[in-house]
This record gives sequence, C-alpha cells and structure tokens, in this order.
Amino acid sequence: MRLLFSPRLLEVEVVIKLLAEAFDPFEEVKRFQEQSVGSACAVGATSIFIGTMRDFNDGDPVVSMFLEYYPGMTERQLKDIVAEAIGQWAVLNVLVVHRVGDISPGDPIVVVAVETSHRGDAFDACRFIMEALKSKAPFWKKEQLKSQKSRWVGNNSKGYAPE
Amino acid sequence: MSIKVRYFASLKESLGSDGVELFVTEPLTVEQTWSQATGQVGLPDNILVAVNMVYVDQTVEITDGDEVAFFPPVTGG
Repeated sequence: MRLLFSPRLLEVEVVIKLLAEAFDPFEEVKRFQEQSVGSACAVGATSIFIGTMRDFNDGDPVVSMFLEYYPGMTERQLKDIVAEAIGQWAVLNVLVVHRVGDISPGDPIVVVAVETSHRGDAFDACRFIMEALKSKAPFWKKEQLKSQKSRWVGNNSKGYAPE
Repeated sequence: MSIKVRYFASLKESLGSDGVELFVTEPLTVEQTWSQATGQVGLPDNILVAVNMVYVDQTVEITDGDEVAFFPPVTGG
C-alpha cells in the first residue's frame, strides 16, 4: 500500500506493507530509499527499527508463531498512526512493513524506517510509530512452544528486559 | 437491520466462531450486540471493540450495516 500525505505543504512518502512471506528488512529499506529519491537531499537522518522473533518468551522456548490480523482495520490503524507521527514531527518519508501468518525464530516481524532532516525527529517519530503499533494495530501472536503446547500472547511488554 | 459481528484471535477460538450476522429491528448498544451474538451476558474484561474498523468505547450505538469486531489486547510488532 502506498499513500501520500501532504502536511506542512510537504509531500511525505508513506509506504505500508503487510507481508505473508519472510522479508529482508534491509532490502525493504533500500528499495524504499530508492523510491523516495525526490527528497533525498533533504534527508539528514534515518531512524530504523527492526523487530525479530525471539526463540523464547516468558521463560519458555518458542519454536514458531502465527500472526493473525484484521484485514482492512490493521492497514487503517497503521495509516492513522503514521499520519499522527507526521502531524507531530517534521517527517519526510515513512516505511512500515509487518509480517503476518506463520513465522519462525529469527524472522523479521516488523521494520519501521523514518526519514527526516534532523535526528531528533527521526528517533522520536520512529519510537512513536513502534509504540503505537504495539498498542493499537490489530495483530495477535499465537506461540507454538517447544513443549508442544500453544498459547496466545496476552499482552505486549513495555519493551525492556525483565528485572 | 443487519449487523455483522466478528471475533479475532483467542476470542475466536474460545467462541468457536469467527463471527455472526445479526438481524435486529432497532439499534443496539455494544453490550447488547455482544449478548445477542454470543449468548453471553456482560463483555469479558480487557476486550477491545471496533465499529467499522475504528476503535469505539462501549457507549456507541450499533446501527444497520455496521461491522462490529470484538478482540483481545493486540500483540503485534
């Protein structure tokens, strides 16, 4: 999905993708940067977050995972989250790619790349998009454990190692 | 009036269904929609509700043609 927003009279390139197959986040970022060459000279900072699947969760070994989503609403929520970020920071271009379906440990789950003119906007907008995605975008993880049991992940953590 | 009800993730599994279509004669509250769709009284704790793919609180009125989704907390990313 490619969307164009025009805040502050600037054209912001926004690319949002949901993929059912494994992807290379660095290739996605490279392709995105090649597409957004129109603003290349204005870009002074790029903040990239990549989330990958762990082989453990809550103390248990995890062998695979299924990522369910709500077709239509998930894309809409991601679009709204990116639009909110564009409203708050001086963003030039945004890429959001998220996996759905069956996933294996080590697979990238999500990549968010934010291009701006200055680093503060890049860091802050990238963090904002990730945290909002974690709490608002309708995705649900079901883990298949090494013990043969499966379970739905109940809640996302705050994003820090447990103490 | 027709209302499309959908369930996702653990809720879909526990209810054994991905949704149902309701035919009603007047608008419903969110809780009435849940009760008519599932036969259960009272929404479970922590459930999220979206109408036409937008999050809503439980005071919204459900009317003809609406798609109402019930689901657990989201865990993407």
